[in-house]
Amino acid sequence: MMVERIEFVVNGVQARVEVDSTTPLLAVLREALNLRGSKFGCGTEQCGACMVLVDGKPVYSCTREVGSVAGRTVMTIEALSHDDERHPLQQAFIDEQAGQCGYCLSGILISSVALLERNKAPTREEVIAALEPHLCRCGIHNRAIRAVQKAGTVLASAPSK
Amino acid sequence: MISNALPLSLVNNPLLSQWLAFERPGVVRITTGKVEIGQGILTALTQIAAEELDVEVEQIHLVSGETDSCPAEGFSSGSYSVSVGGGSLRIVCAEARALFLAALADRLGCTTADLAVERGRFLHAGQDCGHDYWSMAANVPLERRALGTTPAKRPADYRIVGRSLPRVDLPAKLRGGGFIHDMAPADCLHARVLRQPWRDAELVELDEAAVHKAAGAPIDILRIGNFAAFTSASEIAVMRAAETARLKARWAAGQQVSDNIGEAAWLKAQPSRDRTVETRGSGQVTAGTPVKADFWRPFLTYGSIGPSCGLAEFADGKLKVWTHCQGPAVLHEWIASALGMTLSDVIVFHRQGAGAYGHNTADDAAFDAAFIATRLPGRTVRVMWSREDEFEAAPVSPAMAIELSAVIGPDGRPSDWTTEIWSPPHAQRPGMNGNSNLLASYALPGAVPRKPIDDVAEDRGGGATRNALPIYDLPRHRLIHHMLPDVPLRTSSLRGLGAWANVYAIECFVDELAEAAGEDSLSYRLSMLSDPRAKRVLETVADMSGWFDKRNSDDGSACGIGFARYKNIAAYCAVIVEATVEETVRLKRIWCAADAGLVINPDGVRNQIEGAIIQGASFVLRESVRFENGRVATNSWQDYPILRFSDVPVIDIQLVDTPNEPTLGVGECGVGPAGAAIGNAVARALGVRIRKLPLTRENITSQLEQA
Ligand code: FES
Ligand code: FES
Repeated sequence: MMVERIEFVVNGVQARVEVDSTTPLLAVLREALNLRGSKFGCGTEQCGACMVLVDGKPVYSCTREVGSVAGRTVMTIEALSHDDERHPLQQAFIDEQAGQCGYCLSGILISSVALLERNKAPTREEVIAALEPHLCRCGIHNRAIRAVQKAGTVLASAPSK
Repeated sequence: MISNALPLSLVNNPLLSQWLAFERPGVVRITTGKVEIGQGILTALTQIAAEELDVEVEQIHLVSGETDSCPAEGFSSGSYSVSVGGGSLRIVCAEARALFLAALADRLGCTTADLAVERGRFLHAGQDCGHDYWSMAANVPLERRALGTTPAKRPADYRIVGRSLPRVDLPAKLRGGGFIHDMAPADCLHARVLRQPWRDAELVELDEAAVHKAAGAPIDILRIGNFAAFTSASEIAVMRAAETARLKARWAAGQQVSDNIGEAAWLKAQPSRDRTVETRGSGQVTAGTPVKADFWRPFLTYGSIGPSCGLAEFADGKLKVWTHCQGPAVLHEWIASALGMTLSDVIVFHRQGAGAYGHNTADDAAFDAAFIATRLPGRTVRVMWSREDEFEAAPVSPAMAIELSAVIGPDGRPSDWTTEIWSPPHAQRPGMNGNSNLLASYALPGAVPRKPIDDVAEDRGGGATRNALPIYDLPRHRLIHHMLPDVPLRTSSLRGLGAWANVYAIECFVDELAEAAGEDSLSYRLSMLSDPRAKRVLETVADMSGWFDKRNSDDGSACGIGFARYKNIAAYCAVIVEATVEETVRLKRIWCAADAGLVINPDGVRNQIEGAIIQGASFVLRESVRFENGRVATNSWQDYPILRFSDVPVIDIQLVDTPNEPTLGVGECGVGPAGAAIGNAVARALGVRIRKLPLTRENITSQLEQA
């Protein structure tokens, strides 16, 4: 294994790490960059807890090698809110109380960001398709679906920044 | 009220000062031994305390599960937390408020009837009198026993209880924070532990060179007896090391299990401790038509989305442990005993983890960290489990065989009913049966031999026998329980314990009896229920779903009903499921009505019930742990599919309003009824009863072939 210098943008900030390029992106985010919002659930692309956006697309950061994101843009849950200001998705999940233990939420919000980016009025079926990679053992599925739809409505009516 | 009528938590922690303090002005410090495991307990307890003290919710600073300052309240389990933990807090807060008002009345020379409290400030004849809890705290010592004699508020006067307060923990979690998994002190030493593949397995070979190589960064290997741990400043290095070790370690001896462990014939062939309990009625069996049905459920796992995590630090002879377990005070005691330390040298701090749903590996992870920390003083050790170990080494929820037999009288109703159950015990949490049950402790040299095990006592709701007594008016019921004490697996508690399988069996059987009697299954149930609350719940769900109109609709889908009162003492819950059976079972729609007595937080309760319904549906539709090569063979979500977004239908939940009844635990009430309703819908759609779970395509096909 060889340590390399890898650069990419995380949540709008340039990141520079020196790691073996086969290290999973999740490990780099959590350890080297101290961004612990993305969660480890399985390590094998089976639960979605680790979902992040790479160039706007949801990817499983638990298996994605950090070398492959060199020069790209990564977004994690930490980018959703600034100080006290909540992203409409976070607000909608609070409004719908879409959470029990909450461990799945980071990944679910990330996939929802990607969905709403391309479709602000998703049908129930469209939300389900976008969230299908995610497991939730607590059973917040219906609340999450409603929250995503609600956030879509808010985003659609908000002046774009 | 006499003291033995106090809730258990208060009997064990009798001083008011163990529960509350007025330290910082404007803030009430409430301490609880109950812990958040995703069920919203912290929010409910905050509401109860704020209500009785007449302070605002934001004035409550709740500290939970820290053994140096919180009351010891056993486990947060069995749907007891709100009724017992919350019930204690209600008494304590009402009593504290009364003490303050009495002291103030003395000082002002008035009666307490002239006084009121708002935001913790005291009003005399409606005017702020310049005193509050904090200014008077020095004059009102709380180091006194709770008597339980102060009347709590009447529900009609509630301002905070009964409202759907948003979850206090959710905002942080929606930012990606709030979990024990995210604690990473600067000097943190990451660790992974190699797990024994079966009970008492001996580690005969571990290729340490291969493990070091796989790590890709410097790691240390700690080997003692059959315990091996990998530590490093780099988490990814120990993950890689542990994965290689898991695949390469060679094991011998110990108690391997057979591939067919848990199958009905296997269960019935095991040594058992048997008992027969005449639960209702006695004497001569009445004449009539005998009927019988055999049901079976497999081993399940709790399957939390986040693998367990524990941290520990050992310095100057003192051990601190951070854990997301369900019973910090119990873990405290058993970590100390397993490490040969005195209790006062150990502190356990609860921090939130992923949902628990029962006895998971949180205690094990905490003990892993604690043990490693004692070997590496001065460092904070952080252990996390792998997904594979979560499946392979977690406690398992027992397989059960359930045989129901009844004698049907001339009125088409059972005049005699026997429930016969074969199952290993459903509880081996830390401390139960005098065993630590902490996984790593059994891999260490000099491990304390396991003491014989038993199931949960009937007065705690029973384990395998939970909900074995049908809720219906039966003149006669007999329970035969074959408790299997020698199954070499850590069989333990998963949401509802034996209840959901018993409810599945009973409710399916009742449907069969209704069908034999030529009656509508919901009306048939109503005719055997004299408890008005039970009836009302069933009638409500019938209305919600349009049960009586729907019955004859013929679009290939079918409806089924499931009903139970959890443990026959907690919440009532009735579920109707509409499903189709084509390639697989598809859920189209679910309705649920529940009666939980006084509800602290209605939306929280609906959230819990919906979660329980989805989990119950997942249990009966998909889940089963597989065994091979002497061990659990299931080790990924692919092997252990659970319900996903595309499987979950719209679910309507209605709470029957009974605010003047005591609070009934709700966390588990939906699991059994949901599964049973699915079983009944599937039977109606297929015309054949599926009695062997889960209701997968393979199981349905093979049972159709036999039918
Ligand atoms: S942790 Fe990446 S999919 Fe489960
Ligand atoms: S809220 Fe617990 S796993 Fe989704």
